[in-house]
Amino acid sequence: MPQNYVPVFIFIAVVGTLIPITLLLTKLVRPSNPHREKLLPYECGIDPVDRARGRYTVRYYIVAILFVVFDVETIFLFPWAVKFKAFGLFGLLEMLIFLGILIVGYIWIWQKGALEWV
Amino acid sequence: MPGFITNYLDKNVHVTPGQYGSPFWALVYILLVFGGVSLAVVCMNWLERKILAHMQVRLGPMRVGPHGLLQPIADAIKLILKEDIVPEGADSFVFLLAPLIILVAGFSVYCVIPFGPTHAITDMNIGILFMLGVSSLGVLGIVMAGWASNSHYPLIGALRSSAQMVSYEVAMGLAVISAVLMTSLNPAGTGTLSMIGIVQAQYAQHTWFIFKFFPLGFIAFFIFAVAMVAETNRAPFDLPEAESELTAGFHTEYSGLRWSLFMLGEYAAMISVSSIAITLWLGGWMRPFPNLLQGPTWDLAFSLFPALTFFGLAAMTFYSTMRMPKHPYFRIQTIGLGAFGGVFVLIALILLIPRVRDGVQDVYWFVAKIAVFLYLYIWYRGTFPRYRFDQLMRVGWKVLLPLGIGVLMATGIMGLRTEIWDFVHRLVHI
Repeated sequence: MPQNYVPVFIFIAVVGTLIPITLLLTKLVRPSNPHREKLLPYECGIDPVDRARGRYTVRYYIVAILFVVFDVETIFLFPWAVKFKAFGLFGLLEMLIFLGILIVGYIWIWQKGALEWV
Repeated sequence: MPGFITNYLDKNVHVTPGQYGSPFWALVYILLVFGGVSLAVVCMNWLERKILAHMQVRLGPMRVGPHGLLQPIADAIKLILKEDIVPEGADSFVFLLAPLIILVAGFSVYCVIPFGPTHAITDMNIGILFMLGVSSLGVLGIVMAGWASNSHYPLIGALRSSAQMVSYEVAMGLAVISAVLMTSLNPAGTGTLSMIGIVQAQYAQHTWFIFKFFPLGFIAFFIFAVAMVAETNRAPFDLPEAESELTAGFHTEYSGLRWSLFMLGEYAAMISVSSIAITLWLGGWMRPFPNLLQGPTWDLAFSLFPALTFFGLAAMTFYSTMRMPKHPYFRIQTIGLGAFGGVFVLIALILLIPRVRDGVQDVYWFVAKIAVFLYLYIWYRGTFPRYRFDQLMRVGWKVLLPLGIGVLMATGIMGLRTEIWDFVHRLVHI
């Protein structure tokens, strides 16, 4: 029923208005006297070295790609899990084959060393 | 408006404001939940510092009010009066938006949390999927905060955090599926994703899902319990905020009230993932043994628990009051602590009124289970040393993920064991 989803939007609206209003209201009481030293990015007291938005290790990309693969797989499993008993043995076998293909891929990425974090 | 009230007071009709389609009552519930969660976060803040301190043989906050009870209020005033700094070179729009996204993601999941058969803001037929999806939106806020700060520590913290949350989400999803699968083990053969439906399925099957197909339900719960600590970036998986390496992780550059929004979001997320675990495996709002210990006597015995809890709290407070130093310097604090105990007694007495007593049953058991989880969170933080990042990734990808797939397969096979047995039987007798 669509009306079940209305409170979600009300909730987002409430949180999305209450918080900025609080932040704006506190602007009245909090001080604001910035100067250069205060606005420097925090680096334990020394001047920041290099730009922050530089390059970082490729491992994070690999994790992101693996996540997409496995998360899509879990989403596929949800409809089956809801109708699990109704689908019966046929559904179970089908899902075991699906998971089997996934496990083959999983073993392959393990062998390739994609799960290692050196 | 009167329609909802009459519906609500009717014991046989189970309807949430969302199902009833009344935005007004939905708003009332939302404000109640929002206020309640904020209050819980404030209490949790004090409790965490206190319990952690006592675990480490310290006293914790003692100065502001008796036993530091007014410390959260002092903290709030301090945070409001602090300057709000946007660092040089930061992407100011994204920088300001990030805590808001974390908060919206952390709080909108409360829409579907069932504090009782009717005490939910709304009940969706895709409840658990909604919860998983929206709660993982928090990653977006963390990455935005880290990227916008234009500083090394926040960026590394945000990257670590996103990699960690994303890794544990897969195992979490698999554990959730094995619980959803258990809901479909009824004569009709169809399960449900609705949070209220999942609890009712546990009632219908006469067991909490943690004990179903022992130890399969327990392993699934265990996977979820580990993954949820990693999802909320708490110790021992608090690498994104590892203060010895990254200062404060992704919120290093934030200050004042905006920083406190991150804390609010983190604690809100802790409460919401705990309530997913409770709904899926620990029977949601149900009291212990709802099927086994039935009858008016047991109902009465269990319905006294809320009042007993508050009497216990009052007794603890009065005991502390007696142990306060007798010096006149401490007179105001002693009186204050005594008054606190008096408030607890008053609440306990209110909870003894039959109408209130029956009304708060469901909420009480749900909140009590959440409290256990929150205590566990603090206990972990006091006990476990922090993981190294490669160990963390290894646990997520090489232990929890295969375990999750294995548990899912085993649960599927156990769920259809009679059908499989029949099938094998027929094959043999052909």
